[in-house]
Amino acid sequence: MYGKGLRALSIATVAAFAVAFGLVFFYAPLDAEQGFLQKIFYLHVPLAIIALCGFVIGGLLAIQHLRTRDSRWDMRSYVAIHMSLIFAVATLITGSIWAKGSWGHWWAWDEPTLVSFLIVFLLYATYQPLRFAIEDPERQSRYASVFAITAGAFVPMNFIAVRLSTAYLHPRVLGSTSNLPGSMGLTFVVCLIAMALLYATLYKYELTAKHTRSQVRALRRKLIGETGMAPRPRSAAPTLHPTSTPATSTAAGASR
Amino acid sequence: MRRTVAALLRKELLVELRTLESVPGMSLFAVTTFVVFHFALNRNSVDGDLAAGILWVTLLFAAILGINRLFVADADQGGFDAFLLAPVDRSAMLIAKALTLMAYLLAFEIVAVPAFGLLLLGPSLGAAMPDLLLVLLLGDLGVAVIGTLVAALAVQTRARDLLGPLLALPLLVPIVIGGARASSPLLALGHPTAVPGRWLLTLGLYDLVFGLIAYALFDFLLED
Amino acid sequence: MFAPVLAELPALPLHEAGKYVAGAYIVLFVLVLIYFAIMAIRLSRIERELGELLELANQEPAEEDVAPREPTLA
Repeated sequence: MYGKGLRALSIATVAAFAVAFGLVFFYAPLDAEQGFLQKIFYLHVPLAIIALCGFVIGGLLAIQHLRTRDSRWDMRSYVAIHMSLIFAVATLITGSIWAKGSWGHWWAWDEPTLVSFLIVFLLYATYQPLRFAIEDPERQSRYASVFAITAGAFVPMNFIAVRLSTAYLHPRVLGSTSNLPGSMGLTFVVCLIAMALLYATLYKYELTAKHTRSQVRALRRKLIGETGMAPRPRSAAPTLHPTSTPATSTAAGASR
Repeated sequence: MRRTVAALLRKELLVELRTLESVPGMSLFAVTTFVVFHFALNRNSVDGDLAAGILWVTLLFAAILGINRLFVADADQGGFDAFLLAPVDRSAMLIAKALTLMAYLLAFEIVAVPAFGLLLLGPSLGAAMPDLLLVLLLGDLGVAVIGTLVAALAVQTRARDLLGPLLALPLLVPIVIGGARASSPLLALGHPTAVPGRWLLTLGLYDLVFGLIAYALFDFLLED
Repeated sequence: MFAPVLAELPALPLHEAGKYVAGAYIVLFVLVLIYFAIMAIRLSRIERELGELLELANQEPAEEDVAPREPTLA
């Protein structure tokens, strides 16, 4: 039963965002250097942090999958990485807008976090093509989990490596969180919490939708019988086996 | 375990010696790429950052060629099944294949690096030598480990020639960073300065971490 | 018409920086909206499928003379 806490979670998310935006625009002081433009920071950095956490969580869920061979862990890993990818796109776009506002160009090579992020994004962008290229569902899940774990370990290492490479060239210009004054710090934390809640809500939403779809297909199979069903098309998403039907490889699939 | 690795390694190297599939191609590719760079950059000689960059990018792309071919014979001709039937530790294949790829890299670099010194490099290669060798060694180790893991992942997919490079390149970026930053003072105009130790450390750590991860995960790729 | 109102609002300078900030926040908003749209499409698809299955379940007893396996889906 995936949809259980969904309503409470959604309400919490909306409330958190309301408080967060209120704080951003009416409470947090204007940054001395960047002025109003700095407000993007409250959006961009939480997005980045949550996206990266999501990727690492995807790796941890994949470890569980390889340990237990339960396909539900693979589904959770898949959804986690999928959501993080969307958050990563949002991070890159907001970061780009910030760069344009700050220096006039849409990209900044000397901003190590942005660059590391791009590399991580490019890596995870191969996740779905990888899955799609493997037809056998069990093998697809297994290989995807191996990839998710490798990539999850790559995330911190990549940040360290890129940070090292630019350390001598430019000081960190975009928003160092280590010396935030109290009111900015509070606003930032609230935004971070709101973003985390958003991720959790969308994650749960997605899992519930996939599970529902697979239940409908199971029901259809039961009513129509095996012969009436169209063959499951190739998909990158893992199959969920709803608990009421016997688990076979052609059981209800949750394809997008 | 050691005997298994030795046996597998011997088989790989024998096959390569007889068919000459990977190493000559990689070497030729590297030399041709240097020529292309000459025309693309419109320069007769490069040094410092630019030289390090060109060297490492070329090495990377030539390595990708080797990575693409690493498991193809096993996948197409049943080598995996034969190996799975044998009562040996499965990680032996990882170690053997990684050592094979390492051997390929070192072999083609014997051709490629002097070619680089001849064609494009401004300052003398000899002056950079023992340190450059160390940097190349550490970088190659990382490429070998990650390359083997990615090759095993990609070979079972439908678009294996496309997915292999797509998966490998982001994972190899830190190695390019470490390798290029470490090589760049060695290839500087005038007399080469010492390698900053931090890059060697970075490369070494990266190799270690991914070596361990590959070792832990490889078994899962081989199951039937 | 909005000028006096906007002049009163505390932290909304609408010069240079304003449009970038607005852009960034709008991007997030649009992404979430797109997600809602995708979910809406999925929901209607599920609703349609369940409707078909309900019809099927109601027809079957008449066709096969067998007690319905899935009584109602309500």
